[in-house]
Amino acid sequence: MPLLTIRNLASTVYDAAEEQNKQILNGVDLDINPGEIHMLMGTNGSGKSTLAHALMGHPHHTVTAGTVRFQDKNLLAMKPDERARAGLYLAFQYPAAIPGLPVATFLKKATEARRNEEISVREFQRELRGLMGELEIPKSFLGRSLHDGFSGGEKKRMEVLQLNLLKPSLAILDETDSGLDIDALKLLFSNIKEKTSEGRSLLIISHYDRILDYITPDYVHIMRAGKVVRSGGVELSRFIHSEGFEAAVH
Amino acid sequence: MNNTQREHLSSINSDYEELYGFKASSDYMESATRGLSEDVVREISKMKNEPQWMLDFRLDALATFHRMPDPQWIDASVFSSINYDNLFYYARATDKQFNDWDDVPEHIKETFDKLGVPEAEKKFLAGASAQFESEVVYHHMQEELEKQGVIFMDIDSGLQQHEELFRRYFASQVPMDDNKFAALNSAAWSGGSFIYIPPGVKVDIPLQAYFRINAESMGQFERTLIIADKGASVHYIEGCTAPVYSSDSFHTGVIELFAMEGASLRYTTIQNWSNNVLNLVTQRAVAHKDAKVEWMDGNLGARTTMKYPAVSLVGEGARGRVLSIGYANDIQRQDAGAKVIHAAPHTSSTITAKSISHNGGRSSYRGLVKVLPGASDVTSNVNCDALLLDDRSRSDTYPTIDVQENRQVNVAHEASVGKISDEALFYLMSRGIAEEEALFMIVNGFIEEFAKELPMEYAVELNRLIQLEMEGAVG
Repeated sequence: MPLLTIRNLASTVYDAAEEQNKQILNGVDLDINPGEIHMLMGTNGSGKSTLAHALMGHPHHTVTAGTVRFQDKNLLAMKPDERARAGLYLAFQYPAAIPGLPVATFLKKATEARRNEEISVREFQRELRGLMGELEIPKSFLGRSLHDGFSGGEKKRMEVLQLNLLKPSLAILDETDSGLDIDALKLLFSNIKEKTSEGRSLLIISHYDRILDYITPDYVHIMRAGKVVRSGGVELSRFIHSEGFEAAVH
Repeated sequence: MNNTQREHLSSINSDYEELYGFKASSDYMESATRGLSEDVVREISKMKNEPQWMLDFRLDALATFHRMPDPQWIDASVFSSINYDNLFYYARATDKQFNDWDDVPEHIKETFDKLGVPEAEKKFLAGASAQFESEVVYHHMQEELEKQGVIFMDIDSGLQQHEELFRRYFASQVPMDDNKFAALNSAAWSGGSFIYIPPGVKVDIPLQAYFRINAESMGQFERTLIIADKGASVHYIEGCTAPVYSSDSFHTGVIELFAMEGASLRYTTIQNWSNNVLNLVTQRAVAHKDAKVEWMDGNLGARTTMKYPAVSLVGEGARGRVLSIGYANDIQRQDAGAKVIHAAPHTSSTITAKSISHNGGRSSYRGLVKVLPGASDVTSNVNCDALLLDDRSRSDTYPTIDVQENRQVNVAHEASVGKISDEALFYLMSRGIAEEEALFMIVNGFIEEFAKELPMEYAVELNRLIQLEMEGAVG
């Protein structure tokens, strides 16, 4: 049974500038099985990030048609926190800053929510220290306000750290590779790859094929005008990068 | 936490009298005199065995009170509920009675437990004790302070035992005719702290009102006088974050701080009066050369609060800081602010006012930054942040900047009114955190700047209290 089944998903987003709802997703179909790595590609505005937000339940997105089943449950009927506790994770491209909320406090709350149990401070510290070490995150992060004044690279590390703490069954990585220097890219994606051995599925949204040096998707999909228009293996990604999107979808 | 506990907790601040039943016994009520007259003032002064000059001061203040109009900067409806003739102004000390701790309802004890209030403090808050029972600990502290020459006692004892020192400072920052309520306090004052820190003495633990031996509980007309002599430093904490029930519907205090050359003085107060109380406090400080004064002001309770802590920077290099938070829930109105007078060159000030309005609550910032002629090389930064948790709540800003000097004066004012960001809330929820908890975490982050200045146990209490206030914030 697939982990995630998306059928004919359509959604609108409220556009504050134009003061109206805009149709972004236009009938998305996608299946993801346990342990699979999918890569989602497409030009800017093709609907990749919108799909990610709609799956996580962003309040500005309204699903107008279609179904999404996650672990054989109706995902669309769940609140964002319920989706997260059920095992869905979104690594944000632009995570929100929350001034005054210490990173350590936040991480502990999130972990406890996901695991549905209280964790002792000592036990949590031990686990966290190990995971932070893997990603070369200094201890001083823990006392800082969440994402407040963080550099782009620091935010990406925080998103991957949470991925490792929360151990979702499906993680959507929304351009986690963008804005990273080559060393950070290598560090983060090698780590992400390594953790898929825990049985995790990935939906990687990216513009670039440079992550293919570290992680090999089982499937590559191309989005265009709010739909998945073509799917294939890793060779599709290579083709796009040599010939461009237009050639790939025609 | 089970449902019953949750219900009790969520009803904090909603209906004290019915729920908590903390009422003074009828004997107590009858032995006091209602209304304020010359006779009552004479009686108060006589009971306290005060010198003639203090009686004269009180009588003068009473006449001033009768003569003065209500404050004009806020709508008159705020004062319409006060019936001066029906208030109790003084009760004899021997008439004091306290509730029996065994009679305090179980659920209130549970509330205190939930807030982590220490046993002795619980009894104090419940009106079952005039002071902490663990006097031994505090007595030891008192001895240590005395060795350093520190005077820390209730204000009535201060007048009795240190009359000359007392008289030199008393009412010099807040004259009796400053405003109608300062006049009322001047006529009827009772209770509060008297503190003197000798030159060069640095008191490294915060002095708390509860530590006073033989302290009166937070009085209706409290009066506090704190003097930090040259190079001294002290942090004083008044009030507490746990809810305080008062059957008096009216509380008006006067607080005067004096920071002499090079001294450092911080006054922290968190008030959480029950929401039948009208709370008007005049807080004024003076900072001499190179001195630093900080007001940390938290307003969670009371029906209406009017409080504008002030600092006069009269010596070169003096610094002033006012950091306040207000939480206006339901019928509450938090009218808070700050006043800074730059009266000397090379002085600086920072004002940070944060407010949260919720459930129809109303908060305002009312501030004045004044730079007098001759006060060159002055910096002042004012930041007002208001957070509205719903559309029914309201926040207003009334800043006044009056600069009478044109050499190197830099006064900046920034104000923002915001709602909880959808993106922030979504982010936390996307991590499995339920909406109510997520909302609380954001609000808590909003007041972090204030909370981090508090001793740990106060910060924890504040945190829990805001959480209780916010229960039911998600529909």
